[in-house]
Amino acid sequence: MSASGTSTMQGQDTRGRADDTARLAVEQASYAYSPTRRQIPTFTLTATSFQARQRELVAILGPNASGKSTLLQMIAGSLAPLSGRVLLDGIEIRSLDARTRAQRIAVVQQHAPLVFPARAGEFVLQGRHPYGRKLHLPNSEDVNLARNALAQVGAEHLADRRMDQLSGGEKQRIILARALAQQPLLLLLDEPTLHLDIGAQVELLERLRRLAEENRYTVIVVTHELALAAEFADQVVLLHQGKCLRVGTPAAVYQRDLLEQVFEAPLEVEAGPAGRPRVSLRSRPAGSIGLESGERTRGRST
Amino acid sequence: MRPLTMRRVGWVCALLTAILFAVSVMALKLGAVPISVSDLVVSLARVAIGRSAQLPSDYRLIVFDLRLPRILAGALVGAALSVAGAGYQALLRNPLADPYVLGVSSGSALGAILALQLLPQVVLATPIGAFIGAILTITAVYYLGRREGQLDSTTLLLAGIITASFLSAIIMFLMTTLASRDLRGMAFWLMGDLSTPLAPSLRWFFVVALVVGIGAIYTTSADLNLLVTGEREAMHLGVDVTRVKLVVYVAASGLTALAVSASGAIGYVGLLVPHVMRLLFGSDYRLLIPASALAGAIGVVLADTLARTVVAPTELPVGAMTAIAGAPLFIFLLRRSMR
Repeated sequence: MSASGTSTMQGQDTRGRADDTARLAVEQASYAYSPTRRQIPTFTLTATSFQARQRELVAILGPNASGKSTLLQMIAGSLAPLSGRVLLDGIEIRSLDARTRAQRIAVVQQHAPLVFPARAGEFVLQGRHPYGRKLHLPNSEDVNLARNALAQVGAEHLADRRMDQLSGGEKQRIILARALAQQPLLLLLDEPTLHLDIGAQVELLERLRRLAEENRYTVIVVTHELALAAEFADQVVLLHQGKCLRVGTPAAVYQRDLLEQVFEAPLEVEAGPAGRPRVSLRSRPAGSIGLESGERTRGRST
Repeated sequence: MRPLTMRRVGWVCALLTAILFAVSVMALKLGAVPISVSDLVVSLARVAIGRSAQLPSDYRLIVFDLRLPRILAGALVGAALSVAGAGYQALLRNPLADPYVLGVSSGSALGAILALQLLPQVVLATPIGAFIGAILTITAVYYLGRREGQLDSTTLLLAGIITASFLSAIIMFLMTTLASRDLRGMAFWLMGDLSTPLAPSLRWFFVVALVVGIGAIYTTSADLNLLVTGEREAMHLGVDVTRVKLVVYVAASGLTALAVSASGAIGYVGLLVPHVMRLLFGSDYRLLIPASALAGAIGVVLADTLARTVVAPTELPVGAMTAIAGAPLFIFLLRRSMR
């Protein structure tokens, strides 16, 4: 990533970005799903609170069906909290119209196959949609920003390839580039490592860390990957069965009993370098088998 | 990276307009009474300078009273159906969506027949009845095509095909029992036919409504590019999903109603034309909508000219020609999407 790229991505940004004030504030936000309005909710996310500053990477961690994606959709503004509120730079996210919201929040989610194939470059240009006029035909600035976004994810060479011909990892990078082209304050990712091999998972998280630092994003990642969250997150929000159990640094949240109860697996938690915990699977009879991702991240961090 | 420019949209439209012009001249020329190109040019020039009285009367009858209105109606119907098809395909995220396959054309035809029966004196009874029929049918098919609250592409197509067959049966029943003088034949409503021209008093209404319908969909074309990737994704990129869906559903149903009022239920145009345009020019709706409108006009004028001339002096319904081309493509696309 070139320095000029960073300055272009951020150059025209006049929206206030102070390092130490909270950019995102989730205040006692709760949600309930019910099949119809009159029926009892089948899933509830109880009141959850946390704050995130710029340059911070927050992992929303928990096993399947713990309410991670629901919390992310509330932050994205696509679900209205049942109680409480979600603020971005002091403004309630739900009060912003879709276009303004898209200028401030970019969401990377599991991508369904395209009905009609598009080229990667065109796909990234869609990220400029919230800034366009009526027909949204891209101007040279949009094209430059899209090129920069592709460069930031190391995918300039993929611009003219068709989306349906890309590998899982390549596609993930293009989707991320589209989010960067939105020039957001807040970058939200829903299980971004799901279909990636371990090498690509680590590469993605390292890239997110770097982007948070260079572009001054606040990055929120939904994941169930314990080892990756321990290695890369500044803050962890631990969810279990719709309840927020703990919010804090990985070192504060990663306690063996708590994680074993949440993930229903025998785990080993040790203190690693730079105060980050290391998680591994404790094999039942004897010896210890490292979690695949844990092994890899440990290898890299030392 | 080669982003879409207005220049490219302009070039593609200019090319297709030139082809439409050439096809229209050919359609004017061909028929039971062949007319040479030079005679055509002379007579068109005379009309242009206001000396139509100098034309031989049989010429005037064949060229200006029979063939030209039919070409205009064909172009209008083709443009309307193609843009409606492209619109439905984006909204329903289904490359096989088409007014005919979804049953909207049949619903529209039934609406028109009922309106003609119940309110024969009302001037715009046919298009209004057809519009109401179209809206009701697409709403019903949309809800029938959902499974567990999600739009399911196979269920949607089945719902459309079954609805079309059900509504066609009702049309057949009505046509057999009503036998009114004001109604056109069963082949017209079920298969589509351009042999009966548009009432001259309604021509301007049709042209204006066509421009408004296509224009409305065109204003949402950038949003449609995102909507095909999914409603939630589109929303995250700043699309007002509810507004866009409403505009395109109403406009696409209105365009289908216009086409059905003018020519009955011509099938597969809305499937075939946008698909070919995507292969040639890519899937960007900002280019796809105008290209489909022009290519739809070309396609239906061409199909109708074939329908008039293949077994001349007998005429085939134009819908038979479009179905011969469109149905195999439907099967091909269906098999490919199932792979």
